[in-house]
Amino acid sequence: MSQGNPLSLHVPEPTGRPGCKTDFSYLQLSAAGEVRKPPTDVQFGDTADLVSSLIRVLDEDGNAVGPWAPQIDAEQLRFGLRTMMKTRIFDARMVIGQRQKKMSFYMTSLGEEAIGTAHALALKDGDMCFPTYRQQSLLMAREYPMVDMICQLLSNERDPMKGRQLPVMYSVKAKGFFTISGNLATQVPQAVGWAMASAIKGDTKIASAWIGDGATAESDFHTALTFAHVYRAPCIINVVNNQWAISTFQAIAGGESVTFAARGVGAGIASLRVDGNDFLAVYAASCWAAERARNNLGPTLIEWVTYRAGPHSTSDDPSRYRPADDWTRFPLGDPIARLRQHLTKIGAWSDEEHEKVQSELEAEVLAAQKEAEQYGTLADGRVPSAASMFEDVYKEMPEHLRRQRQQLGV
Amino acid sequence: MTMIQALRSAMDVMLGKDDNVVIYGQDVGYFGGVFRATDGLQAKYGKQRVFDAPISEGGIVGTAVGMGAYGLRPVVEIQFADYFYPASDQIVSEAARLRYRSAGDFTAPLTIRMPCGGGIYGGQTHSQSPEAMFTHVCGLRTVMPSNPYDAKGLLIASIENDDPVIFLEPKRLYNGPFDGHHDRPVVSWAKHPMGEVPEGYYTVPLDKAAIFRPGADLTVLTYGTMVWVSEAAALETGIDCEIIDLRTLWPLDLDTIVESVKKTGRCVVVHEATRTSGFGAELASLVQEHCFYYLEAPIERVTGWDTPYPHAQEWAYFPGPDRVGAAFKRAMEAK
Repeated sequence: MSQGNPLSLHVPEPTGRPGCKTDFSYLQLSAAGEVRKPPTDVQFGDTADLVSSLIRVLDEDGNAVGPWAPQIDAEQLRFGLRTMMKTRIFDARMVIGQRQKKMSFYMTSLGEEAIGTAHALALKDGDMCFPTYRQQSLLMAREYPMVDMICQLLSNERDPMKGRQLPVMYSVKAKGFFTISGNLATQVPQAVGWAMASAIKGDTKIASAWIGDGATAESDFHTALTFAHVYRAPCIINVVNNQWAISTFQAIAGGESVTFAARGVGAGIASLRVDGNDFLAVYAASCWAAERARNNLGPTLIEWVTYRAGPHSTSDDPSRYRPADDWTRFPLGDPIARLRQHLTKIGAWSDEEHEKVQSELEAEVLAAQKEAEQYGTLADGRVPSAASMFEDVYKEMPEHLRRQRQQLGV
Repeated sequence: MTMIQALRSAMDVMLGKDDNVVIYGQDVGYFGGVFRATDGLQAKYGKQRVFDAPISEGGIVGTAVGMGAYGLRPVVEIQFADYFYPASDQIVSEAARLRYRSAGDFTAPLTIRMPCGGGIYGGQTHSQSPEAMFTHVCGLRTVMPSNPYDAKGLLIASIENDDPVIFLEPKRLYNGPFDGHHDRPVVSWAKHPMGEVPEGYYTVPLDKAAIFRPGADLTVLTYGTMVWVSEAAALETGIDCEIIDLRTLWPLDLDTIVESVKKTGRCVVVHEATRTSGFGAELASLVQEHCFYYLEAPIERVTGWDTPYPHAQEWAYFPGPDRVGAAFKRAMEAK
């Protein structure tokens, strides 16, 4: 036998680093309308081709084409565009608020607005989303008041989380938005458990779990797929592949030469890979998965292919690890621009209206911020009382916490 | 009833009483559990209420957190306490924090049962007592019974409690009390008064210790198997010990502890878990803080050694009545 050459460790690298251009050919793309649409009772094995192709509806010219083109009325699409715009304007405004030290931290969802917005339209009241910190578009689509969101960001006297949580870690049970945790991936098995509970009770509600590409490497992702498959839990597992986990390219998460959707098929779950910047494709795929879950046909995994256009957070500088103009070359473009083009094409939107809505939303966000700031900001110290810090650790405050509260003199 | 039968009875009662109670874990369903604690429950209540789970502690607890958020009351089992570690993130970061971080928007009313403790030649991964890993976590309740009556009452109370409860079951006590005399025949709970357990519903409150044996000379703070070892040591040394079975480790019943130590002036803490940063350190610190002017001797701790739990050296490791008795004598002799 030959001795062989010395071994070497393979460490994946992105093609694009600061000062050079990313080669996006690693994305396995398909043309709009090209990918087939199976029936919702498809067996997981019969989705194997769908995890290496890409479901897309909107073509280069903004036409909705192919089998996935959804039945959706123009009014809903107009609402979708408006919600995406609102999310983006809100994000931009909150980054300014963070720079002005009104809040300690913020995370934008720039470039990913379509996924949560269109997905929310496919869900019903009572369904529960288990989001990460980058699904604020779900709250926007469910018309949660921006004032309440900003109060949470400011940790002020009206913060629904009573100042206990880092900004963006919202919790809105009434809007089907599960409490966000800093610990990555934990919410995915929780979503599966919530869906199992709905099935145990003979309910009709479904769960929607969210996770990023990087966090799929956490053990909870693997666990969630196993439990979802074993118990045929009525849930949708959404993997938002925005190509980046802080500074880490998705190849280091295990995405080199393989898709995240393929994990689903490997675990026995029907899986789709979808253009995350194509509002119509997101809506259609979400409806398909929701219908499967509602009809007790089991879970669906969807990999949403998108691009994290902004910094990871306000504590991050992406120019240190990727090309500054990367987003402009990302082949799937901007979800807002693409839906705007489509709506304009079908005569349901115009440049004038766009400008008008943009101004209205900017004013709306500013007004919400102004109203929220009336209840205090982290900067001016009008935060929830220190005494409230001891509440809700347990249902009833135990004796040792009473003593500690007394020691603080509050 | 044995402790196993008492635990099963508690789950039977709660499955019957509350439609939201569900029970699952590894080998828990059809087979009835490797310790028989769930025997017959799936046949009685069906697979929607009692079922087998994949070997995934993180998945078992993670899905239970989600079920709790939905409104169920999951009672899940980790086969051995030694195997809770893969679920640490879900227990510490999620179950314990859900109510706090969401300001009560979501809660995790779950009970996590874990057989714990040594004295059974279980070696390194079937003998651990990880209670200090839980008592340190704010938001959790940690409970450990020492007899069948308490086991049932505490388990029903834990299932009904709206906070997440870590329910540790000393597997050494499953079939009968054990005082550390491994060379003597084991007595069944059938021949013991604490094996008398009511059939129906009752609770033992989570925030109350029990004075297991009243005494005047020395306060013993202990729980689980060590309650019985401490009793044997008291009888064999002739020292009039007041043995307090904490039952709920945290949040604990401080009043009962302080009242006793103020009366006796001496305190020995006994647990199987390793010594350094074990729960005994918290107990000793609390007694020191609240009873300083009443103490007539240093607070003693008798614990497992700071080593992994060995196999062949079982009885040199396990704090038996001789080691515990020696500590009682030292505490009494201190001036």
